[in-house]
Amino acid sequence: MSERPDGRKFDEMRDIEAKVGVIKKANGSAMFRIGKTIAIAGVYGPKEVHPKHMEDPEKAIMKCYYNMYSFSVPERKRPGPDRRSIEIGMVMKNALLPVVNLKEYPRTAIEVFVNIIQADAGTRCAAISAASMALADAGISMKDMVSSVAVGHVNNEVVVDLNKEEEDVEGTTDMPMAYAPRMNKITLLQLDGKISKEKLKKAISLGMKSCKKVYEIQKKALKEKYSNNGE
Amino acid sequence: MTVDVKNFRRYVIELSKKNKRADGRALLDYRKPIKIEYGISKNAEGSASVTIGKTNVVCGVKMEIGTPYPDRPDEGTMIVSGEFAAIASPNFEPGAPKENAIELARIVDRGIRESGAIDVKKLCITEGEKAWIVFIDIYIQNHDGNLIDAAALAAIAALSNAKFPKINENGTVDYHEHTEPLPIVQKPIACTINKIDGKLFVDSTADEEQVFDGRLTVTSNEEGIINAMQKGGREGFTEEELNKSVEIALEKAKELRKYL
Repeated sequence: MSERPDGRKFDEMRDIEAKVGVIKKANGSAMFRIGKTIAIAGVYGPKEVHPKHMEDPEKAIMKCYYNMYSFSVPERKRPGPDRRSIEIGMVMKNALLPVVNLKEYPRTAIEVFVNIIQADAGTRCAAISAASMALADAGISMKDMVSSVAVGHVNNEVVVDLNKEEEDVEGTTDMPMAYAPRMNKITLLQLDGKISKEKLKKAISLGMKSCKKVYEIQKKALKEKYSNNGE
Repeated sequence: MTVDVKNFRRYVIELSKKNKRADGRALLDYRKPIKIEYGISKNAEGSASVTIGKTNVVCGVKMEIGTPYPDRPDEGTMIVSGEFAAIASPNFEPGAPKENAIELARIVDRGIRESGAIDVKKLCITEGEKAWIVFIDIYIQNHDGNLIDAAALAAIAALSNAKFPKINENGTVDYHEHTEPLPIVQKPIACTINKIDGKLFVDSTADEEQVFDGRLTVTSNEEGIINAMQKGGREGFTEEELNKSVEIALEKAKELRKYL
């Protein structure tokens, strides 16, 4: 039986650190680190909508932006949005929408910004986990939290939370997932690679199980801030 | 949602209980006929037009000589781009591709890339120096829903139709003459499942897409191996819905494959 490159078990995530209130200016913010991947999320709103005609009289509109810092990867990334980051902003939004009670904030905008300071695979999942905590920290009304982690198929094994080395193995399948545990809904699912139906099923259930662990860490971080009477 | 849309949603949900849809189809029926036309643009290295119901998507393949990536000196590359042409719907505007078009292109891209549809080693001309770049450009010409399935089908059809342009002795490219067909070794098929009120549908119309909650695209190859997936839409899926959607998508892909 082959081990994983960093010695983890197949169902073991990298170590996770989560913290809320890291950006004082934002209405809500959070840091989420998993292994060497670090995401910082900031939430602004509910605020006025610009341009005005985008307003929805029935609910708030939500905008999500994913931004990778140029130095977050070994080979410098050209600053600014590219096709990948636009798509990730979109799937992030879809991952978060099911839990946010937008109807409580008609005619407003809620903006979610996530920046990646250091990338070692799994950045969109870290981004979603951070964003969900930042929304909660902003006091936005929510039905649930969204917890996110990638699962995949590496060297013929179904594994959780691939690092960059695993992601780069020839034939790897990578499947970022997000899950709202209380609602029992999978809110993000992407996949690329080569996987059979049977292995896919196994990966989905491992993803859900792992997201529940992330959920506990997120909750703990939120409780910590507010029980310490911290601001 | 306007009142009209809300009413339509109610109507779709009511009908779905009887396994029926607004246009008379059952939930898991594609519109008929599905048509693929090859070679719709002479200057392209390969091209195809796909019609599903009123939806029409065209795809053209153009090729250029470029430099291989340093980490893959013996391979050519491919790039998929998508544009929702303003001609296709009153809701589209001219200009740079917006997030929907980018997402569509990236879903199609992943299907082709991950299935290894193109033997990219055969795109190499001189190792480390010259290799073909394959541009797969998709235009939505008439939007009546299910754009991803139509676009993916158009892309693989156009690739199967493509031939290498001739390289002159001085190294320039002669786009008037073509030589061998492109090395297409897999044909990935995308099938998108839509969900409304817990019911699963395939091949939705533009009207239906307005009232759906969630979407899942599954791209698979001939052997039924899944190469790409993407969940879209504002609602989540339960584990059971997901597994069921995958089953349906794999079945339907077999059906779509016959049109190639």
